[in-house]
Amino acid sequence: MAVLTSIPPPAGETPTRPRRRRRERTTVTGLRRSLQRHWTLYLLMVVPLIWFAVFKYIPMSNAVLAFKSFNVTKGIWGSPWVGWQNFELFFHNPVFWTLVKNTFVLSVYTVAASFPIAIILALALNEIRNGLFKRSVQLVTYAPYFISTVVVVSMTILVLSPRLGIVNEGLGFFGVPAIDFLGNPDYFRHIYVWSDVWQTTGYSAVIYLAALSGIDPALHESALIDGASRLQRIRHVDLPGIMPTAVIILVLAVGNIMAIGFEKAFLLQNPLNLSQSEIIATYVYKTGLLNADFSGATAIGLFNSVINLVLLLMVNTIAKRITGNGLWS
Amino acid sequence: MSVQTEARTVPSKRVERRAARARRIREPRTDRIFLFCVYLLLAVFFAVVLAPLLYIVASSFSSPEAVSSGRVLFWPVEFSLRGYHAVFQNPQIVQGYLNSLFYTVVGTIVSVTMTIAVAYPMSRRTLVGRNVVMTLILFTMLFTGGLIPTYLVVQSVGLLDTRWALIIPQAIGVWQVIIARTYFRTAIPDELVEAAELDGCGDLRFLWSVVIPLAKPMIAVVALMYAIMQWNSYFDALIYLKNPDLFPLQLVLRNILILNTTGGGAVDASVVIQRQQLADLLKYSLIVVVSVPVLLIYPFVARYFTKGIMIGAVKG
Repeated sequence: MAVLTSIPPPAGETPTRPRRRRRERTTVTGLRRSLQRHWTLYLLMVVPLIWFAVFKYIPMSNAVLAFKSFNVTKGIWGSPWVGWQNFELFFHNPVFWTLVKNTFVLSVYTVAASFPIAIILALALNEIRNGLFKRSVQLVTYAPYFISTVVVVSMTILVLSPRLGIVNEGLGFFGVPAIDFLGNPDYFRHIYVWSDVWQTTGYSAVIYLAALSGIDPALHESALIDGASRLQRIRHVDLPGIMPTAVIILVLAVGNIMAIGFEKAFLLQNPLNLSQSEIIATYVYKTGLLNADFSGATAIGLFNSVINLVLLLMVNTIAKRITGNGLWS
Repeated sequence: MSVQTEARTVPSKRVERRAARARRIREPRTDRIFLFCVYLLLAVFFAVVLAPLLYIVASSFSSPEAVSSGRVLFWPVEFSLRGYHAVFQNPQIVQGYLNSLFYTVVGTIVSVTMTIAVAYPMSRRTLVGRNVVMTLILFTMLFTGGLIPTYLVVQSVGLLDTRWALIIPQAIGVWQVIIARTYFRTAIPDELVEAAELDGCGDLRFLWSVVIPLAKPMIAVVALMYAIMQWNSYFDALIYLKNPDLFPLQLVLRNILILNTTGGGAVDASVVIQRQQLADLLKYSLIVVVSVPVLLIYPFVARYFTKGIMIGAVKG
């Protein structure tokens, strides 16, 4: 999938190798001949393909559970058909709109915060000379990306802890009473988003830096000769240069807006901030695995998956319009 | 002679450099101010990212009393290793560490093997049917069955509450397949395949003795991606495992740090405070212990990770 189509390939590789066009043979004889010639390769694929069938495609067919009332003894296929009942139950559930809103707001907020900051970091790094400072900034800002979600959340909790945390220590210095950040639902979104920004900005900036390094230096030189200031060159050379990459990344982020991950929200959750921290993914986990309502949870999950798919397809169409290039061809 | 010429070149070089500086268009004042702001901004980025890391590391090397009273900032106070001592005395953590090592090593081997096994045939242009298969693989990126249907499959295959539940269901990453396939396509010339075929070298032998040695850098990247993913993941363990002996480190960490369950025991009034202090300190040390393996190798692999992103970016 060409998420970052505009990034030039690494030096020394030619992605567009002259390709000999073979005449299309009839599929059946072609397949037979290919099987004869490459039977070892087909054999090689067998295990991974079985894996895809079992762990990706059977779950997709299992999603039919959403329209059934699951009965452990009868299994998925033997359970009675109930049609849209599970969906209706979910839509009429008072938490429905809260879940959708929480998921949506959290996602949009994350994109809105991390998207511009990553670009700013990349532009700033691109302005300065290669040297120790630049390398250290890159190394340090990139590092949190490799830390696990559990650790990031643990660090967040420790840093913000009302009893031990350095933040409250600092606030106390100015006479502000200790704040229980995680116990207050109003802070949840900010904590989630800004710890995410902390973790991923350096990584995202790398993508833009690659796009920036692909800009023709002649453009910068001619702008320089014309007397453009640094800011003007950023505005008129760098920004247009990374625009295609930025559009694709933004579009992809928008397409994934309802697919926000379970992991972090679940870890940051506690009974006190649930009113804002409960998102669709965590609710699915709770109804399905903790309350053993398999059909209900499958229905909610399916609802979410379908929305994601529709969003992605829509967004792909828009991306094709804007950049002439979809996320996949 | 040589000494003399050297002595002469030094000043001449300096003159040259000065001349070059004079010739260059001098940056206008606003640009220099702007550049200063850029440096300042980057310094802020640097500090903001580094500060929490430093705080955690500094705390982990401090004494329990100093941590509890909040005296630690960015440098250890009353240096002590008691936090680390406590970490390595906790049987849960040690077991988790060993489990995570197992999952990471075995999981990475399985994942890399499976990824190559599917990506290499996908890269061969003469293989009929590869487009259909690739489409089927890519589709799994767009649509998934969801949590419960997948859980039911894992259950019916009999993996629930076994070590394999953390290795098999997540074995192949579609993204890694794309990276591997693109690399095989671009880095292995078709002429090589043809030459090998003429010499009577079979596909498997060609894969083993030509393709894999040539693809070592890519395989290293993919292996590291899988290893870091496996080391950092906790979700699968959370849903598939019940037996605490099988828990990976991240799940142990979550139980200790986020749910605050260090394991109680008899409560003696005078010991309680001390134990609480040590439990607090242990959290900081534990975070360091868990993250160090990844952060140690990361500076060496970051470059390749970037490359990996680029490889994946070339349209497949």
